[in-house]
This record gives sequence, structure tokens and C-alpha cells, in this order.
Amino acid sequence: MVKPIVVGAHYGLKDWLTQRLTAVAMALYTLILLAIAGYHGGIDYAFWQALFANSAFRVATLLFGLALLWHAWVGMRDIWMDYIKPTALRLTLEMLTVVALLGYAGWLVDILWGGR
Amino acid sequence: MSSIERPAPKPRPVYLNLARIRLPVPGLVSILHRISGAGLFLVGVPLLLYGVQQSLASPESFESLRAAAATPLAKIVLIGLLWAYLHHFCAGLRYLLLDVHQFIDLKPARQSSVVVLIASLALTVLIGIRLW
Repeated sequence: MVKPIVVGAHYGLKDWLTQRLTAVAMALYTLILLAIAGYHGGIDYAFWQALFANSAFRVATLLFGLALLWHAWVGMRDIWMDYIKPTALRLTLEMLTVVALLGYAGWLVDILWGGR
Repeated sequence: MSSIERPAPKPRPVYLNLARIRLPVPGLVSILHRISGAGLFLVGVPLLLYGVQQSLASPESFESLRAAAATPLAKIVLIGLLWAYLHHFCAGLRYLLLDVHQFIDLKPARQSSVVVLIASLALTVLIGIRLW
């Protein structure tokens, strides 16, 4: 009897590239945000509010968030694959990770465009 | 029949005792990259989202968030997350350099991993002191 082995295939290179591209995107966003804060000399409520009122900044923040969540998915799945051997438990953890990531994405959209 | 006696095979380890493995520095940086990444996802992302939400909701919630972040417990958590971010950032930068074949040889690879370890700790201390 063939034992089914629940692992995917052929996603290695794509995931490797994903981790690099999302990492560079997040690093750029981090440096830009630090530069904005540094240029303004710190962050107070009025400035913070004005920053998020700018739709270009909101879109950039959304892209940062999506890059982060995609990056976290690849990383967390690698961790579950490497350390959690029982298939049912691993798939459960992977599913919970996906649910959390989608929930976080929704939360982020709500923060950015939910209307305050 | 050959008269040469083959040496008896050494028993192979059936499991690895993590406490007895002497991890080389690149290995330490690698496992810390994983641990910091998991910490950033499990603790950092929800805290970040909550923080951004509270900081934008109203001037009052902005100030109460600032006050909550100033408690010693919050500062310890935040400095832990700061280290996780910096280590993950620096170690990730090193992996990008390895990808383009920099520091590939054993010695440079070891040296760059020491640089990552020390730089992220030093940056954590420097920024941590400023924020505390």
C-alpha cells in the first residue's frame, strides 16, 4: 500500500524568491518610514494621523502588510514542515496559520480604510 | 577472502541531542533567524496591528497607547521584539548577500555571521537605551 505523503512539490524556487522579494519590500518600507519620522523629528498624533490620511502611504502600508503576511506564511510553513511530523497536526497548524494571516489582512484593511 | 579486517562501523546516532551539539556561529544565527521570525509572527504582528489601530483611533487612545508602552513589562516585550526584528533583518541581509555569492567561503561566512549576531545585539542595546 502506498502511504500518502502530504507535502507539496515544485514550490521551492518560487517560495525562495518570494522570501527575497517580500523581504526587500519590507526593508524599503521600514527605511522610508524611519526617514519620514526622522525628517519630521519624531511622531506625534497629528503627524501620524496626517500620514495615514495620505492614500499613497496607505497603499504602501497595505503592500508592506501583504508582503509581511506572505513572508510569514512561507516562513511559518517551513517551520511546521520541519518540526511537526504528525501530518494531521501539521495540517491543522498550517490551516490555523492561514486563518490568522487572512484575519490579519482583513484587520489591516479595516484599519487603513475602515473609516474612523 | 581478503585478510583485511574491515573496522566495525561506528554506531550512528539515532537521534540528535540538541543540548550536546556545539552549534557553529552560522548555525546559531540560522536558528535565531527562525526563532525571531516565529516570534515576530506570533507576537509581533498582532501587537503591531493593535498598536497601529489604537494610535490612529483618537488622540486619547494614542496617548493611552504611549502610556501603556512605557510600563516596564511592555518595554521588555518591545525590546525583545526590537531584537527579533533587527536580528531577522541583519541575518536576512546576510542571506541576500550569500545568494549573490558574497562571504561564501567558510571563514568569511563565519565572520559575517558573527557580525550579524553582534550588530543586531548592539543596535538593540543602542535603540533600546534611547527608547527606554
